[in-house]
Amino acid sequence: MKGFAAGFVCLALTLPACSSVQSALAPEGDTARAILQLFLLFMVVCTAVFVVVMAFLLLALVRRRATPGEPVLRPDPIEERRMAWIVGGGVAATVIILTIFTFASFLTNKSFAEPRPHGLTIKVTSHQWWWQVNYESRDASQTFETANEIHIPVGQPVKLDFESPDVIHSFWVPNLAGKQDLIPGRYTTLTVKADRPGIYRGQCAEYCGIQHAHMAIYVVAQNQSDFGRWRAQQVKSAKAPSNAALRHGQQVFQSSPCAMCHTISGTNAGGQVGPDLTHFGSRMTIAAGTMRNSMGNLTGWIADPQRMKPYTRMPAVALTGPDLIAVSRYLESLK
Amino acid sequence: MSAAAEPLRDTDIGEPELEARLVDIWKTPRGFFGWLSSVDHKQIALRYIATAFFFMTLAGIGAIFMRLQLATPDAHIVGPDRYDQLFTMHGSTMMFLFAVPVMQAFGVYLVPLMIGTRNVAFPRLNAFGYWLYLFGGLFLWFCFASNNGPDVGWFDYTPLGLTPYNVGHRADFWAQMITYTEVSGLVIAVEIVVTVFKMRAPGMSLDRIPIFVWASLVTAFMVLFAMPAVMVCSTMLILDREVNTHFFDVALGGDNLLFQHLFWFFGHPEVYFIFIPATGFVSAIVPVFARRRMFGHTAIVLSLIATGFLSFGLWVHHMFVTGLPRLGDSFFTASSMAIAVPTGVQIFCWIATLWAGRPRFATPLLFVLGFIFNFVIGGLTGVMVASVPLDTQVHDTFFVVAHLHYVLIGGSVFPLIAAVYYWFPKVTGRMLSETLGKWNFWIAFIGFNVAFFPMHILGLEGMPRRIYTYSADMPWAGLNLLSTIGAIVFAFSFVLLLWNMVRSGLRGAPAGPNPWDADSLEWATASPPPPQNFTRIPVVTSLLPLWTERKTIPAVAGLRADRREVLLSTLTEAEPDVREPSPEPSIWPIFAAIAVGITFLWSIYTPWAVIYGAIPIAVTLTGWFWPKGSKEDERWTHAPS
Repeated sequence: MKGFAAGFVCLALTLPACSSVQSALAPEGDTARAILQLFLLFMVVCTAVFVVVMAFLLLALVRRRATPGEPVLRPDPIEERRMAWIVGGGVAATVIILTIFTFASFLTNKSFAEPRPHGLTIKVTSHQWWWQVNYESRDASQTFETANEIHIPVGQPVKLDFESPDVIHSFWVPNLAGKQDLIPGRYTTLTVKADRPGIYRGQCAEYCGIQHAHMAIYVVAQNQSDFGRWRAQQVKSAKAPSNAALRHGQQVFQSSPCAMCHTISGTNAGGQVGPDLTHFGSRMTIAAGTMRNSMGNLTGWIADPQRMKPYTRMPAVALTGPDLIAVSRYLESLK
Repeated sequence: MSAAAEPLRDTDIGEPELEARLVDIWKTPRGFFGWLSSVDHKQIALRYIATAFFFMTLAGIGAIFMRLQLATPDAHIVGPDRYDQLFTMHGSTMMFLFAVPVMQAFGVYLVPLMIGTRNVAFPRLNAFGYWLYLFGGLFLWFCFASNNGPDVGWFDYTPLGLTPYNVGHRADFWAQMITYTEVSGLVIAVEIVVTVFKMRAPGMSLDRIPIFVWASLVTAFMVLFAMPAVMVCSTMLILDREVNTHFFDVALGGDNLLFQHLFWFFGHPEVYFIFIPATGFVSAIVPVFARRRMFGHTAIVLSLIATGFLSFGLWVHHMFVTGLPRLGDSFFTASSMAIAVPTGVQIFCWIATLWAGRPRFATPLLFVLGFIFNFVIGGLTGVMVASVPLDTQVHDTFFVVAHLHYVLIGGSVFPLIAAVYYWFPKVTGRMLSETLGKWNFWIAFIGFNVAFFPMHILGLEGMPRRIYTYSADMPWAGLNLLSTIGAIVFAFSFVLLLWNMVRSGLRGAPAGPNPWDADSLEWATASPPPPQNFTRIPVVTSLLPLWTERKTIPAVAGLRADRREVLLSTLTEAEPDVREPSPEPSIWPIFAAIAVGITFLWSIYTPWAVIYGAIPIAVTLTGWFWPKGSKEDERWTHAPS
């Protein structure tokens, strides 16, 4: 069914290749799959309606042509009555189709609204222009913070609690579920479940200011064991620097403006403005998906954030070349 | 009263003398100040239409820049700041400065002609509305030209539109532009309602009103009820920004969804007050080119009215992902689906009319057919976005960008271009070139579909709206490039249209009063219509006056021939009721518009402007309404002959 569904959509939309990086057409979670099935129902019926209406239009056009100078036609009462029936039938069919659509839509919507048992609650806070992610637990030692990347265990519904302290953003990872706005002053939530291990990209979907384009989030779905390992690593404090060069990097970080905005747990860097960097080296991207996390990109980013992501809240920090390299090395070592 | 004191009536003089006198009485004064003081509904409507197309051109050029920026990944044609201004200007201009005014302006031009009267009700107010609209639009584009264009989207959501997320005055400019254009929109709405209700030619009872006039009437009522909502929310926005009220400040008990509710309570009907006049064009054009009367006239009129009502019950479908209660969401799914029914009725009736007619494939009909094709696609994707679950995927993606352009361009601009081809001969007295017209149609049709169809797929593939760039890692580059190529082709079709208008306006074949052998009253007078529209007010005896009484339209006798006078009639039966003087040209409306315009602009910088600005406004309004000692309306005493 799934193969057929995806195949049909690709065909119907004359898609060169269904890419799955961030797509509503390649569901990897139950919510996204239910939506795609509903979409296929709409798609098939709407296509049929379109073809029928256009066929009538085309026939109407080729049936008879005007001859120049001909007087206005006098409608034939018998034909008028027959047309009234056909038009009436068309309207009735429209009503029936719309009723079916409404109910199908209602039932799908209702299934999403039902509360689901969930194992994990993650608080997602949106900022201009990045995502703060807090793993919550009754056991305080199991809580931790990360950014722009959510790891979840496969096959388990995970509840995301949303909060936005600045402007409206929208959380959207199309392979897993539809979007949900994060609105200042309002509590919103979304439950996601991934069927298979994988990396699913998402992106802010509500215009949130000048860098709305660079506000991506990745959901990494992992096997229970992989997830457990990842989590165990994340709750730890940052790794102490293992050599002199890294120690220098740490020192630069702590003594420069970096520490005013960023936290690295286990050190005295405790800023609350920007993303938590405790395990920065384990993340895939820099600046909410703006670029891949690599030594080169990181050095470039710290040296001139405004060039890589104009108007980002992160200012350029004046560092000497060796200090810049040292601090980048140190951050990359924080696995 | 003695016979000597009797004023000159049209019964006292012969046809040529009457015509010469009426032209002299109704014509706009010469000279620059005469031009500024015009209250002729035709001149003012043409100014509106020309200005609206001018703003459309600016916003269209802006769209081309956006498309170039998106054609390739990580492009640097415009930066993020300019890009955000561009999409805000594009949306705001197309909605507030182009689509709504141009549709209303066609009503201002056509309604008096179609119902057989000499001017709109409140002609000076009409002039005032135009000037205010012009100032508002120019003001917004001057802001943009000085790199201070609004950058918060055409809906200016809070809190993004509030301090500190939007410093400077960009959001204020947006909010005040709304004020300017809303005043002009409301002014036209009032005129249209009164004109249609009270100024119809004798005999034009409700069942004989042309569909386009119905469409204008329904639109006018919708404007009256919907526009106050956006005036309220844009005013609350500017109050929050300038005098520290807290309507939308969460920390002090404000609410951001309040803004969205108010905006969309206006915003959704707005789509329909662009679309309903467009269906009015289609209903005027289809019977003429099918060579038979409209099938289901009454059904179409009732559909228009139903659409008008239903359009006020759908606004929440713009807010399906804000986390409102699910049950409420489902109600709005049902109402959004329901509005497809009256729209379907209209489409079926048009197709049935063509089916039973003998279609004549002139350019206006081609654009109407293009409209049906595009609009059915836009309507069907509209049904998709009405569904809450589907909307959670496609909301704020390029799928919606595609949908809204299919509805607004496919559903409204195509009929608008059809209307330009159809009524150009009436307005100028010359035919547009059919050869260029066919090129124009095919280039527009292909360009439009190539530009916008791929956006459906982009949206499903995860491309959100309002992003100024995207990474080469995303699989969006190919379709974006295709879309940009389509947009350029589509833009070229407007160059052809302009060229056709210029060329044919100068050298086109003379049109004569009724080149299309059409049925409604505007074709009963000369092309272009004389200042008084009709030398003798027609008497209407059927729905299709020019088809049923082709040669001899009966006329009213007994109107005065020595001053501007219109005939008022009763609401339902259109029986002659009162003869009323119609205002003379006046320079005061533009002065009043300047006074009001400066007050609006000034109030961005200080609230005191409202106090000081009231003084020049009072002065200009006093001049405007200064009594001239002319006698008020007189009871109708002559029976129509």
